[in-house]
Amino acid sequence: MNFWRAIVLAALAATAPRLFAGEIPPDARRSGYSFMSPGTRAMQDDDSSNPGMLFVLDGEALWTKKAGSANKACADCHGDARSSMKGVAARYPAFDKALARPVTLDQRINLCRANHQQAAPLPYESRDILALSAFVAHQSRGVAITAGDDPQLNSFVEQGRRLFMQREGQLNLACTNCHDDNFDKRLAGSPITQAQPTGYPIYRLEWQTLGSLERRLRSCMTGVRAQAYEYGAPELVALELYLMSRARGMLMETPAVRP
Amino acid sequence: MARSTLQIATLIAGLALVSGGSAEGLVHYEITGDGIANSLTGAAGDAARGRELVLARTTTCILCHSGPFPETRFQGDLAPDLTGAGNRWTVSQLRLRMVDASRFNPGTIMPSYYRDDGLVRVGRNFVGKPILSAAEIEDIVAYLATLRD
Repeated sequence: MNFWRAIVLAALAATAPRLFAGEIPPDARRSGYSFMSPGTRAMQDDDSSNPGMLFVLDGEALWTKKAGSANKACADCHGDARSSMKGVAARYPAFDKALARPVTLDQRINLCRANHQQAAPLPYESRDILALSAFVAHQSRGVAITAGDDPQLNSFVEQGRRLFMQREGQLNLACTNCHDDNFDKRLAGSPITQAQPTGYPIYRLEWQTLGSLERRLRSCMTGVRAQAYEYGAPELVALELYLMSRARGMLMETPAVRP
Repeated sequence: MARSTLQIATLIAGLALVSGGSAEGLVHYEITGDGIANSLTGAAGDAARGRELVLARTTTCILCHSGPFPETRFQGDLAPDLTGAGNRWTVSQLRLRMVDASRFNPGTIMPSYYRDDGLVRVGRNFVGKPILSAAEIEDIVAYLATLRD
């Protein structure tokens, strides 16, 4: 009996998705929300007090505003975002066939502007790109993350995982050292989270504004005294893709509030 | 006019000398057993200055460590409390732990504070510089040695 049970358990262990040392098992994953104070949670939960919702409203206005020399609005092609954009942000970064690499939601918005609206790209972290991406991602609130499911992304997910595990900077620390191995402990008094990117773009109280996951990654890199990658760099996209695929199945919260 | 030009030229030459000096790199140190027996500067550190350095967030110590610093908020708990560090380690051991903790445990998250090579993608402003100077390490070691129960 025990012998057969051992064989069954061994077979189960062999077929379970392989976790590298230190990686967080799926059922132990936690959103940054669960590390926050009750006050900050309440701010996120109530749309009338969540400052990210102001950006979502701005994005809703931009969605129907004509732009570029094609004089087209997002809505002219995509219609009502509440149905057409539901679940879209949950699968980004997504593989772009023409570029043969993954693109972030912000990059997709700018590709749409270039190709279909003949409009100039919106600068990274500008109010308009954040507003549009917050509006689009908000349509996925409560939807399970599916990013990284496309097999064409495998090598990029792997690149992101390598970057996550790579020690860097003058302090010689990797993302994994804090966010896999030491979450729930305190760095200078603040809880370390698991780095599950469930609510981007987020309203970060420290920033007093909305910001992208790339901005968050860059500020962590600066924190370990590494040279941050430029916005849109393939390494940042790969990291974003790895983080989203690592959070697969968790629910989108956009716009999340974070300390 | 000519005099002030000369003064500026002298000043620039002086600056070049200073930066040439700092580009020479780290002072040589010798590891004996599980420590570094000799001061990196050849002089004893200043424990009072060391306490100030430990509490200064730029040195990064209390981002991870807590310690007997009742006046300071927002200490970390990623690493052992520094209370009693002077009982647990000799001065020689403390010095090597500051200089290169990865010698004791390659997987440690404690940075090597006196190292300027073998690092990846170091920020532009930090390239070729150790996290702490030899004098700062001596001051901190002198302070940690006083933390006895």
